[in-house]
Amino acid sequence: MREFIDYIERTREQYDTLGYPTYQWVHNEDAPPFAPLRKPLSESTVALVASGGIYRSGQIAFHYKDDISFRIIDSATPTDELRVTHFAYDLTDARIDPNVVFPIDTLKAMVQEGRIGQLAERAYTFMGGIYSARKVRDRLAPALADRLIENEVDVALMVPV
Amino acid sequence: MGLIAREVESRGIPTLSMSSAYSITAAVNPPRAVYLDYPLGHTAGKPNDHENQRSIMRDTLRAFEDIDSPGAIRTLEYEWSSDHSWKDSVMRPDKSGASSDARVERYATPQYQDSDDETLVEEGCPTCVFLEN
Repeated sequence: MREFIDYIERTREQYDTLGYPTYQWVHNEDAPPFAPLRKPLSESTVALVASGGIYRSGQIAFHYKDDISFRIIDSATPTDELRVTHFAYDLTDARIDPNVVFPIDTLKAMVQEGRIGQLAERAYTFMGGIYSARKVRDRLAPALADRLIENEVDVALMVPV
Repeated sequence: MGLIAREVESRGIPTLSMSSAYSITAAVNPPRAVYLDYPLGHTAGKPNDHENQRSIMRDTLRAFEDIDSPGAIRTLEYEWSSDHSWKDSVMRPDKSGASSDARVERYATPQYQDSDDETLVEEGCPTCVFLEN
């Protein structure tokens, strides 16, 4: 029987066991905003935004305590210069192949196949698991949206962990 | 990430969120999402399996174009392994009572993958953006 893991429920069980106060997950009951595609993806510039804690060699790594910073990663960065750091998931496979959380080579293959027009010059990365939803909503989200607008991308692919 | 997707979308840029945590994605309710039933840390596929990664991405892009109902989550038809026993131990103690929690202490200093990385940091790191907390 196929059943999806309920991470909200498992976090609740785990926090209870550890004696931590219950984590308050964000629940948005209202319908999300919806911007229709303006052109086919085969003609679109696609931006990659990922929260798996990816940085490039030469950049400052993320720290594990309420880090709301982000990194700008040039899409031409060789994959072997990518690094991954995060406090909340098993990094083994992401360090073997960053594409599992930062599908940059996969998207380049989609450009080759003609499935997307092009990859935006800059990708954006941060480290998810930020405890404060308010900081994400008030600081990080508007800052990233500003960058994507400035970069004139057509669509954004969001890759959390 | 769902909060960011909602903000980006509200500013007129269409987004699609990939996810391996259905209940969290459903709760945050981003504009469009695909769900992949893989262990956390593999949102975009299996390591060094290019055909798997590309196939998942093709299905993801198809969902990006097809979804016309705000908040829809499309489940992608992939299985991590033929049996689902990997799910049993996620965030749960094993038989010896040891926690399988992959989380580590919340250090306040940068946590480099390679110790060399720290010495390679560029002056002022112009591509690192720090926001006021």
